[in-house]
Amino acid sequence: MRDLSEHIMDIIQNSVRANATLVELEISENVTEDKYTLLFKDNGCGMSQEVLAKVADPFFTSRTTRKVGLGISLLKQNAEQTGGSLNIWSEEGVGTTLEVVFSHSNIDRPVLGNIAETMMLLVGANPEMDFLYKHTTLEGEYVFDTKEVKEVLEGVSLSDPNILVYLKEMINENIRTII
Amino acid sequence: MAKVKSLADLKKMKENLQSKMDLREKSDAPDSMVQVKVGMATCGIASGAKEVMNFFIEASAKRGISAVVTQTGCMGYCYAEPTIEVIMPGKDPIVFGDVDVKRADEIIEKYIKNGELVDGIIPVNYNTID
Repeated sequence: MRDLSEHIMDIIQNSVRANATLVELEISENVTEDKYTLLFKDNGCGMSQEVLAKVADPFFTSRTTRKVGLGISLLKQNAEQTGGSLNIWSEEGVGTTLEVVFSHSNIDRPVLGNIAETMMLLVGANPEMDFLYKHTTLEGEYVFDTKEVKEVLEGVSLSDPNILVYLKEMINENIRTII
Repeated sequence: MAKVKSLADLKKMKENLQSKMDLREKSDAPDSMVQVKVGMATCGIASGAKEVMNFFIEASAKRGISAVVTQTGCMGYCYAEPTIEVIMPGKDPIVFGDVDVKRADEIIEKYIKNGELVDGIIPVNYNTID
């Protein structure tokens, strides 16, 4: 995976498959404590304790089309290479929370990449779901909330390509003011 | 520095679009729109499926094609990622493999616009691991 936005796309796809209706992503950049944290929270179907124990195993997957499940294992490896960690909590019928911490200054930490594109693609493909993306740095905070966007759009579908292109540019410009 | 886009600007854009969209929504049912599903599992993302999906969305907006671009999970064709499934109204779905941005462009121009089949189609295979 080339950058964090690709990992983010991958992890949120798991939430989509778990039939979540709300996915929250919080990115916190803390240069003073040298931490770059990604926090994913969904209200999907959750996992049993047995599944939860095997989730970082690359040879374990809930899919039937193939026998490997690399998403979480690759992300965990990336985090641990920078001296960070990956933790997951889940409860069946409630949802799952995943927290990944990287060392901010470490050269092995992947760059954020095109997060605006990732959010746009997720929102466009899943217009019935809600996403809450919050990004905090020392410069400021940006919040992208699909609930607000849907209110403004008053019924116009979020999967319209013109709207998606606009949302991507909006997220990109706002993120650049705080990074 | 240019003014940063906000939700207020989105509202104005929506109003502009709405008049164009009303016409389109009254005539189109979802079945009459082209459906493009981009494989977006770990294998897909690692091979660049994000750029391909992004390209389809921007091209649909620019070229005025009424398409629903969405993502799907692993279709099992990990060796040929990025893969896309195109469903033209009234026709069977076709899966294309090794779709980079250049081939995506070709698929839009040749298959979606003219119905001409392009190289790189993955034939239907009904075997699964189960």
